[in-house]
Amino acid sequence: MYRQTEIIKEAVPGSNGETGEFTINVGPQHPATHGVLHLVITLSGETIKKVEPHLGYIHRSIEKMCESLTYRQFIYVTSRMDYLSSHINNHACALCVEKGMQIEVPPRARVIRVLMDELTRIASHELWWGAMAMDLGAFTPFFHAFRERESINDIMEETCGARLTMNYMVPGGVMQDIHPNFQKRVKEFIRLYKRKIDEYDELVTGNIIFQNRMKGVGVLTPEDAVSYGCSGPVTRGSGVSSDIRKLYPYEIYDKLEFDEVLETGGDSFARYLVRIREMQQSIRIIEQLIDQIPEGDFQAKTKAVLKLPKGEFYTRVETARGELGVYIVSEGGTTPYRIKFRSPGFSNLSVLDHIARGSKIGDLVAMMGTLDLVIPDIDR
Amino acid sequence: MTNEELKIKITELLPAASFEEGGEWLTISIEPGDWLSLAQQLRKDEALFFDYLFCLTCVDWKTHLSMVYHLSSTQYRHTIVVKAKLDRNKPEIETVSQIWRTAEFHEREVYEMFGVNFRNHPDLRLLILPDGWEGKNPLRKDFEDPVNMIRL
Repeated sequence: MYRQTEIIKEAVPGSNGETGEFTINVGPQHPATHGVLHLVITLSGETIKKVEPHLGYIHRSIEKMCESLTYRQFIYVTSRMDYLSSHINNHACALCVEKGMQIEVPPRARVIRVLMDELTRIASHELWWGAMAMDLGAFTPFFHAFRERESINDIMEETCGARLTMNYMVPGGVMQDIHPNFQKRVKEFIRLYKRKIDEYDELVTGNIIFQNRMKGVGVLTPEDAVSYGCSGPVTRGSGVSSDIRKLYPYEIYDKLEFDEVLETGGDSFARYLVRIREMQQSIRIIEQLIDQIPEGDFQAKTKAVLKLPKGEFYTRVETARGELGVYIVSEGGTTPYRIKFRSPGFSNLSVLDHIARGSKIGDLVAMMGTLDLVIPDIDR
Repeated sequence: MTNEELKIKITELLPAASFEEGGEWLTISIEPGDWLSLAQQLRKDEALFFDYLFCLTCVDWKTHLSMVYHLSSTQYRHTIVVKAKLDRNKPEIETVSQIWRTAEFHEREVYEMFGVNFRNHPDLRLLILPDGWEGKNPLRKDFEDPVNMIRL
């Protein structure tokens, strides 16, 4: 049921037929919003005058929930925020607790963590690629993308015991050691995947219909990207360097060789290219590490009950969608006093109104597609 | 700039600011009345150039509320944290949504979750909570909802 609000009524100055403006609802149940996002769009003919997001359909108040969970428990909830990069969410929380307690993570665990992060990034970008092409009317890429994503999910299932909400990272390391087949299967996947990524370019990137729909759509200037608090591929598509892995390296990212992908177009096509090339960089990282997993413990020895000292701790990591910040305020107890998740999707969504104004309603899907919105991440 | 240099520079801008020790970033405590002018200077000053507001939130300390702004510069890569103490019964602070556009959404979230009134905000209304929600602010410590809240 749509929300009948005062705002919707007020947003229709032309409801009496004078200005010709009218309001339509996209969502909360709409195939192009990929979740329960509700957009109230004011249109004049086919031109967008205003896009107004209505959030909260999947709000679970994770921040409040975390206040009553211990430092070991709250990580499990965070997998449910950005479910496509749940490893990276868990990683951010584990890093924040480790920073507070000054836990030294064993080298083996650090390498496994980075490997998992990058596999997650590929899986997430895969889903984005398939879904975005589907939004624009191409159905085949969806099946290609899911075929590859499935093999990553299988690898995850074998090692972590779950396919989507893995909860594999814990304070001090990872939950259990990798499966004996892990290295073999990842190498197999990489070998196959490298051929596939070129196939994607042939199938979609070079397609002239696709390029016409993407180029010049939803242009975002570098200044606006920063001012709106965007992060991840959205800012890098506008040429702003924002990769947390490069700027504020965590784990072992400072020892790895990879490039920060930058495009200067600022339009949907630039954001598309950034994600495609990011997948190739992730492959590069995995190739560097897969044969170099050091022997040793997969988890540091920690106390059964974790207590963070009094103070404030903030960690930033790069998820598939951008910068995730975890801000813990501790009073010295076993549960956080206040926790704030700075989710990348929330800020990335706020720019939608800005880039959509003045363009045609048909292009809205191309803009939303390349913002890569995950609704549980926005609502939290 | 290093934390020490930032400290000297910000003391010049706002002599009334006090600094908190500890923590990885320089933390400044200010009066809510000074916030708007300080924010404008932080954004405009050539040597500071804090153009990226990456986190805006609030903490309920039971006796008072505390606004927390995390700012960083995409040019110089330095970071500061600004805190402002608000009266819990009538929390009010000036909006910064015209300086950093991201604040518009984040302030709306803080408005509904903590009940902070942002003066001169262009569009201050509920974002996440359902329409018709009145009075109770979910992220405050004294919030009780016997029906929907699950105690763990």
